[in-house]
Amino acid sequence: MTTALPPPKKKDPVRRTRQPTLPPGNRSREAQGLTAMAAVGRFALQICTACGQTQYPPRQVCGNCLGDDLPWRDLDPGGTLLAETRLHHANDLFFRDRLPWRLGVVRMDAGPSVVVHLAEDCQQGMRVRLSLNLDRSGHAVMNARPETPGPNSEDDLQLRELTMDPKDRRVLIVNGKTELGLALAQGFKAAGAREIFVGYAEPWKASAALDAAKAVDGVTLFPLDVTDTDSVQELAAVLGGKVEIMVNNSYHPRPGGAVDRLDMNLSREEMDIHYFGLLRLAGYFGPTMRARGADGAHGACAWVNVLSAYAQVNNPAFGTYSASQAAAWSLAQCLRAELSPGGIRVVNAFMGPLDDEWHQMVPPPKLPSDMVAGRIIEALQKGREDVPIGAVAEEIMQRLVENPKEIEREITL
Amino acid sequence: MADGQDAKAAISNTAGGNAAGGMLGQLLGGILGGGIRVVDLTMTLQPDVPTIVMPPEFGQSWPFRMEEISRYDHRGPFCYWNNLSCGEHTGTHFDAPIHWVSGKDLPENATDTIPVEKFIAHACVVDCSAQAAADPDFLLTRDAVEDWEAVHGLIPPRSWLLMRTDWSLKQNPVAYMNMTDDGAHTPGPHEDLIPWLIEERDVIGFGCEAVGTDAGQAQHFNVPFPCHYHMHGNNRFGLPALTNLDALPPQGAVLITPPLKIRQGSGSPARVLALVEAT
Repeated sequence: MTTALPPPKKKDPVRRTRQPTLPPGNRSREAQGLTAMAAVGRFALQICTACGQTQYPPRQVCGNCLGDDLPWRDLDPGGTLLAETRLHHANDLFFRDRLPWRLGVVRMDAGPSVVVHLAEDCQQGMRVRLSLNLDRSGHAVMNARPETPGPNSEDDLQLRELTMDPKDRRVLIVNGKTELGLALAQGFKAAGAREIFVGYAEPWKASAALDAAKAVDGVTLFPLDVTDTDSVQELAAVLGGKVEIMVNNSYHPRPGGAVDRLDMNLSREEMDIHYFGLLRLAGYFGPTMRARGADGAHGACAWVNVLSAYAQVNNPAFGTYSASQAAAWSLAQCLRAELSPGGIRVVNAFMGPLDDEWHQMVPPPKLPSDMVAGRIIEALQKGREDVPIGAVAEEIMQRLVENPKEIEREITL
Repeated sequence: MADGQDAKAAISNTAGGNAAGGMLGQLLGGILGGGIRVVDLTMTLQPDVPTIVMPPEFGQSWPFRMEEISRYDHRGPFCYWNNLSCGEHTGTHFDAPIHWVSGKDLPENATDTIPVEKFIAHACVVDCSAQAAADPDFLLTRDAVEDWEAVHGLIPPRSWLLMRTDWSLKQNPVAYMNMTDDGAHTPGPHEDLIPWLIEERDVIGFGCEAVGTDAGQAQHFNVPFPCHYHMHGNNRFGLPALTNLDALPPQGAVLITPPLKIRQGSGSPARVLALVEAT
């Protein structure tokens, strides 16, 4: 059974905050394939098309027959724990700070034996379930948990280094004036978040969603307008040292493109809210979050950007909106690199059209907000960093890999 | 006050015929401690100043925003300065006739073409603060202004008619905008007042303390937004979002209201000043 993690105590003001360190981050080009699988929550390894052998670690040519066609295939994540050990000494600073550390060797049902990070409640001989997770350096590691996790299993300290579980953490939801903002507040409450800070702009415009969010236990409202640098700076001064999970759900979609609807004001607003807004949040909240990346078991851990799937390929029906989302996505990649020294994971959620007034004229499938919020929170709990939400987003990401030209031509989906 | 005394002395020394002599010398002497108060009728431009709310599918006015260029630092070691952005109709501002469709083809109707002498004019102030406190949808009628004239005298031609409501004392933008799901609820002129002010009193324009010169519910009037429609259609002006109207007398103040000289500008934030003689 996993030791229950007590709720965080108030910070001792005379103790130095533990500085962020990262586990070893060098990987081969082939091994980055594991990173790609971990980022989206898949469990996949290379399979040789010539002899069928499962490859581990990833290789350029098959370890059995030297075949060089080694596509990635999803596999059964089951296995048996052959051996376990507990690391009591390490020269690496990251592990040194976190000793003892459990490691094991698992015989995968799919063939290979692998060295894994091991959950506290795994014993030798036990059936385990493997997963590929991103560690604090952003690279894939193999992790084993019991097939049927026991009580408190989410409290496992090693697991919490691989995930961004909202339990007992403090969350800032940037925009509380949308249905998604409300659904996120309710979702984080259900996921055990310690405090939920919810931002709102333009208070003179009423919002039923904000009124409902205010009534959620644990929610506190704060004025926050991402188009106003002063507003972002002022809130960072108040909350910067508290936010452990940032959720930038800024949302300002408007139909129209460049030729059929030239509107510089509208297009600038989209950029101001989606791109410059993220830039302002990053500039004022990023430094403190990065510095608190190792601040105990409940330190800062994640920065979520709620983006449109059309960030990845422009939908001309929402052409300038898509472009502003692409700009935000690009900046999010910059943010990912800049926050990585603190071990802060940047999670990009790509959603299909929401079922709201701005997509009234869009045929289904359209996403309910609570489903989107649920997928975002699940991604944090499972440690994913690229999260397609809904059939449209999943299809776009898949077809971009298969044939980017085809999806560009057929984007009317 | 020492500087003021020195300046007064300097003006009186030159009053024999130099640049600041004569009537202007008297004016400056009055301003520099001689019985003329200068009252600032302008709200401070800052990011949370609300602008008029339009339905979301319409074009929106940008709010006031300020980005620092440098502050004696690596971006500019010698100076502090900012880049600004906002709509023309932000904060205390001047509405030019070209702002409204009814005034679009008039001569001299934009901020760069209005004759500059029109930016200095007398003001009449009607105190509606008690009525507005009791009813946010209070409308100032022609009858009420005629009653006011019976006490304070006729509105002289080419005067501003300013509606004092103390609405600008509402520091909270929510209370200031006072919006519910059927629109804004803020005081303004009744639709019977504006044509009469133009035809019978030849006013230069209408000013008030709310976010626009028309009442919050004015889109539902027989002529929607009658103050904008009639005033601008007759080449008159608007002056919304004023403050400190309680510091002005019913008659006798002089307003200085120049907008920025924007090419074909429909308006501009303005630093509106009033000159008030001590009584």
